[in-house]
Amino acid sequence: MLVDIAFVALGVVAVLSGAAVFVVDSMARATYALAVSFVAVGVQVLFLQQSYVGVVVILMMVMEMAVMAVYMVMFMGMNPALMPMSMVHSNRTAVATAVLTFLLLAAGILVVDWPARRGSPPPEVTEALGEALMGPQMLVMAVISPVMVATIVAGVVLAAPRTRYDRFGDDLRQRPPDDPQPGGVGR
Amino acid sequence: MTLEAALLISAAIFSVGLYGAISQQVVVMVMMGLELMINAVILAAAACWWFLAPGPTGQVLLMVVIAAMTLEMAMGFAVAVLLHRARQTDMTDMATDLSR
Repeated sequence: MLVDIAFVALGVVAVLSGAAVFVVDSMARATYALAVSFVAVGVQVLFLQQSYVGVVVILMMVMEMAVMAVYMVMFMGMNPALMPMSMVHSNRTAVATAVLTFLLLAAGILVVDWPARRGSPPPEVTEALGEALMGPQMLVMAVISPVMVATIVAGVVLAAPRTRYDRFGDDLRQRPPDDPQPGGVGR
Repeated sequence: MTLEAALLISAAIFSVGLYGAISQQVVVMVMMGLELMINAVILAAAACWWFLAPGPTGQVLLMVVIAAMTLEMAMGFAVAVLLHRARQTDMTDMATDLSR
């Protein structure tokens, strides 16, 4: 009973802090509100007996929100805790879409005759996940790995201020390269 | 603690995130909306795992969702940096070239 109440309370916290992201007057507070929402969901995942995933969600999202707060300061160029802001467009359309989506999802959730649980959880959930990742599900992680490497490369290419075209010209044949700080060995 | 309750909470979080992704002008705020939507997917997937089929493979799906969220953040920040560098802005309304 106590667990049920805590689960629902955490859900309310997650939804309200999620909504606060788009209501509060500063981007710093929005970031913290999003972190609270993620931590609440992470604890809910812990309630659902998935210790590893829950802890990963909490730790990862707290760090991610810290990085996001830095980006807020970088881009907004102002004290992000003090500056009121309201930067929205198509507000009515967005509200209507969100409400309709919730009603549609809620109707589906309540109408569907959910099947009974199949099987029972393994005694050691985290151990079972590790064995799955190292065994029959290894291909999944093996596919994700190159995607992550590609993301690192793409992220650096997108965010880099100067590319090889700036250095070597449009045909990549310009020598020596046009560098703001020339190389130290006469190149 | 029922499947319906967890999924309803998840649907509410998803809808809030959808509102943010549609309505916000700042790129980083749009990313926050997307993050909330993925947050809802994490909760829904965890609830489905626990209440419907608590086998080990279901948890792998959650790991994939978390990985997808990480990739979205990384690419989103890269695009935000690029937009800021190229246009001196962080607003989506200033990057509507493909909508013409």
